[in-house]
Amino acid sequence: MTTKDATSNLRELQAQAMSELGALRDLSHLEEWRVSYLGRKGKLTQTLRSLGEIPPEQRREAGMAGNEAKQALEIAYGLRLKELEEAALAAKLQQERLDITLPGWPVLSGSLHPTTSIVREVCAAFATMGFQVVEGPEVELDGYNFEKLNIPKDHPARDMWNTLWVDHTDANGGRPMLLRTHTSPMQARIMEKTKPPVRVVVPGKCYRYEATDATHEWHFTQVEGLAVDKGITLADLKGTLYEFARILFGQDRKVRFRCDYFPFVEPGAEMSMDCFLCEGKGCRVCKHTGWIEILGAGMVHPKVLEGVGYDSNTYTGFAFGMGMERMAMLKHGIEDIRLFYANDLRFLKQF
Amino acid sequence: MQVPLSWLKKYVPITLPPRELAHRLTMAGVEVTAVHEQGTQWERDKVLVGHVLKVEPHPNADRLRLPTVDLGKGEQVTVVCGAPNVAAGQKIIFAKEGARLFNTHSSRVEPLRPANIRGVRSVGMVCSALELDLGQDQEGIVVLPDDAPIGAPAADYLGDIIFEIETTPNRPDCLCVLGIAHEVAALTGQKVTEPDLSYPEDGDPIVKHVAIEIADPDLCHRYTASLITGVKVGPSPKWLQDALAKSGQRPINNVVDVTNYVMLEYNQPLHAFDFDKVKERHIIVRQARPGEELVTLDGATRKLSPPMLVIADAHDAVGLAGVMGGANTEVSGYTTAILLESANFEPINTRRTSAALKLSTGAAYRFERAIRAELAPLALRRATQLILQVAGGKAAKGIVDLQPRRNPPPVVRLTRCRVKQVLGADLSMSKVQSVLVSLGFTPTKAEGHGDDLVLEAPFWRSDIAIEDDLVEEIARIIGYDEMPTTSLSGHIPHHVPQPMWDLKQKARDLLAAAGMHEAISYSLTSHETLERAEVFGNDIQPLAIANPMSAQFQYLRPNLRGSMFETLAANWRTSPRDGLRLFEIGRAYLPRQAGHKATLPDERETLIAAFAGRRFPLSWLAKEQAGQDMSFFDAKGVLESLLSGLGVETRYEPAEDSALLTGRAARILCGDQAVGAVGEVHPRILERFDLTGAPVAIFEIDLAKLLEAAARTEKRYSTAGRFPESARDIALVVSADVSSESIEAVIKRHKMVRRITPFDVFVGSSVAAGKRSIAYQIVFQSPKDTLTAEQVSRALEDILRQLQRELGAEMRV
Repeated sequence: MTTKDATSNLRELQAQAMSELGALRDLSHLEEWRVSYLGRKGKLTQTLRSLGEIPPEQRREAGMAGNEAKQALEIAYGLRLKELEEAALAAKLQQERLDITLPGWPVLSGSLHPTTSIVREVCAAFATMGFQVVEGPEVELDGYNFEKLNIPKDHPARDMWNTLWVDHTDANGGRPMLLRTHTSPMQARIMEKTKPPVRVVVPGKCYRYEATDATHEWHFTQVEGLAVDKGITLADLKGTLYEFARILFGQDRKVRFRCDYFPFVEPGAEMSMDCFLCEGKGCRVCKHTGWIEILGAGMVHPKVLEGVGYDSNTYTGFAFGMGMERMAMLKHGIEDIRLFYANDLRFLKQF
Repeated sequence: MQVPLSWLKKYVPITLPPRELAHRLTMAGVEVTAVHEQGTQWERDKVLVGHVLKVEPHPNADRLRLPTVDLGKGEQVTVVCGAPNVAAGQKIIFAKEGARLFNTHSSRVEPLRPANIRGVRSVGMVCSALELDLGQDQEGIVVLPDDAPIGAPAADYLGDIIFEIETTPNRPDCLCVLGIAHEVAALTGQKVTEPDLSYPEDGDPIVKHVAIEIADPDLCHRYTASLITGVKVGPSPKWLQDALAKSGQRPINNVVDVTNYVMLEYNQPLHAFDFDKVKERHIIVRQARPGEELVTLDGATRKLSPPMLVIADAHDAVGLAGVMGGANTEVSGYTTAILLESANFEPINTRRTSAALKLSTGAAYRFERAIRAELAPLALRRATQLILQVAGGKAAKGIVDLQPRRNPPPVVRLTRCRVKQVLGADLSMSKVQSVLVSLGFTPTKAEGHGDDLVLEAPFWRSDIAIEDDLVEEIARIIGYDEMPTTSLSGHIPHHVPQPMWDLKQKARDLLAAAGMHEAISYSLTSHETLERAEVFGNDIQPLAIANPMSAQFQYLRPNLRGSMFETLAANWRTSPRDGLRLFEIGRAYLPRQAGHKATLPDERETLIAAFAGRRFPLSWLAKEQAGQDMSFFDAKGVLESLLSGLGVETRYEPAEDSALLTGRAARILCGDQAVGAVGEVHPRILERFDLTGAPVAIFEIDLAKLLEAAARTEKRYSTAGRFPESARDIALVVSADVSSESIEAVIKRHKMVRRITPFDVFVGSSVAAGKRSIAYQIVFQSPKDTLTAEQVSRALEDILRQLQRELGAEMRV
């Protein structure tokens, strides 16, 4: 065999191999191709081996051609391998593609009761103004729930709180224990134990003998607030509660105060806030007044201060109380207070 | 109470539109809850005063008639009318075609259409109160007084604006029109003109006719009376009937109507006796005798007892003082002599009497709010004057006025300094004085120094006692919104830790993060629920409510189980396919025995969690787990995650709890303190709550006990270790009564053991009877170097030897 023959054979072989390679469509055929050209018994390997028959002085040229052909085929093989692998993966992925609209593995997520959440929000708002959380007993003495709050026995103001009494009679035949009708008894309890300054909020359950409807529940939650020190004024009450409304219901809230009566404050006040749903234009929630009543408040009555041993000439303070369910109803658009303690998961899971 | 604008106008000029006036009153503490416009909706050309000229029978219907109505200017109409009371000569309200009125058939406000009624065409109608929105009466037509001007728009003749006012208990003065007039005057800078109280006193001196005596001066502070003879009892004139009707009172007769009118005018309850029925012309105000009876005006026989106060004649009670008159002296059509009473009764006794007899009246309502005694003679004169005016007769000369004890009017000192101390506003004392004077306060000269004011409260106000009461008056009249607004300054008190509050908040967050939903249930429960949950018995006798609203809410719950079972059951009914994971943190109320002494119960903060139904939500991914129900270990898993989140180390030991299944119940221990229980609820209890079809697992924690334990265990950091860990699995066969805890304790004693996790528990044919197999993965690590395979194998052999010696454990092969 001459160098010329060998070179020409090699070119032919290379051309044939390249053309076959281009026509290959899958990885198994590619492997067959590799074996048939580049394998130990492959055509190219055989051809290269046969170059040994060429006289040594002419062998160099043929050898170079042979190496070039081998290199070319190996590179082409590598490229083709990659191409076919990618195509195979693409085909596999296409085959096994996910319906990504199906839901994922369920993760259990629980929920907090809306009363819990609103109580936290309210307490957190007052915490920014230095008020600390304190809790107190739900079963109370008449003395704390009424008398120390300037509501003596047989006073008509008692009609404001229809009371559930504990079935327990004292030696005089009186009923000293009741379910607290508001969180206000903690005013006296806290002041009896603390010297001014006082700044607390008291969340907790309250109870009233009351027929229930969409806006009244006999079992409800209040947050009470109390601040007593030298120099506390009605102006401070207004500023504190205004800030609270802004924290809870938005920076643009406006509030207004009107005179109201609670025996344990003087002057007494009720705070309304402009309706955050209709921006004060009037809607169903604000009964078309543009204003929503949100809490009762006032300056602590001197009799209450004196009753716990504070000098009412030196110390003044303010107190406020608000219903948490009403607050949550406003925030979440809940229309029936009876949903709160019915504990239907279809309700609870929404919070 | 209802205040007609037309009545209010008699005493004070109205300078603001009604709704604005209502707003000003509300802001000042006199809450106007509604402003009703009565008759202003009636079209002035379609709803008119008419005169019934004649009434003829309907040719085809016995119950219908054909009145012919004169509408003035020669206009006459004949219509069909079904009202039984229509009669010739009446003045009525006539609605023409197209008038928008309440249609009693459709229950809607609609334009009136012509109709053909049993063959007679009818255009327009004679109106009833219901159709006019004047009341509920639709049986008869509205009959106007004879002097009603024919053809006048009804809106002019009957229209008014009514303020609905809700008063607070401290302001009885706002229960009357004059009281509201004083508020309006102060708020709008006007003056009140009080009624003239004079009348001709043509009769003999009153003392010649009647003897009056107060036997109990503690309970009757003042008693005034007048006597009118020769009265003619009959219907009141229109102005009086209208005023009462618009104020929500039913007119009765001219004498009684006057007493009601003056009560609504002055706030002073009055009572008219038929004087001829007062035996021996003697009135005595005394306590009821034990067992004494009185038939009150409402026809009920009242059993009385001291210290209820009665008005009596020489023999019998003739009235329940301050509450209601007696039937025996009731004013009737035959009455000609009236003894008029205007008295002041002690508030507490009146309130107790009214409550004991369950008889609440306008009079009792006012007396129990401590109205002022000064009102009595004023109202007496006013009522006497009006009775003479509407019922004729002759008034005796003078009045009886007994006042055993005089309470001086409240006088209060006010300093500029206090105004500023309370309001945060430095108001000039001249401004302060002008506000208070506008409300009727009188400055006195008494020993004021500097610019202090000493003021006497007006006679209609019962709520002024201290300086701050005046401060409120100033603030409410100027307006709270006009007062300054500042932020709190001054010291913020020291922080006082509230560990229970913090614990509850953290526990809630951890449980919600573990997939649990928070419930809050009623603190009161029923006997039935307590019995079903087996909470009664043992040593628990729950606290009861003396006046429960219903049997459903009668007892303070001594634990949270009943509530939770009910919550589960309610949700089980609505969503039976879902897994229920619920918790509640609330109080249980445990009585402390102390005899008669009022000892508040122990309010135990308690956590309860419950698990029932499907472990996994329905998912296409979790086909294999689809049917699994939750049980003991679901509860224990969440419990462990909670306690570990709280940083509390706990152990568990088998427990006996009659509500829980034996062998599936455990006590939760923190150190040696039991803080709660976990287990599966006995089906016997579940069935009573209709909770059938799946196990229910619960855990319960006494948070106060947990708090003690948690306070001792703060989370401590330990290093992760620098050297690699190596894990080995071993399967052991042990006697069935050997607990995993005891096996783990032995394994953990080896110093190279870092963690142990049981990963398989097996009982079955390949394990001998009375034995079980447990497999553990043990992770070894050394703090000093990388462990070799030989070191680990040696350690494992040591552990196995130990397990065999102590617990009789064998390697499973």
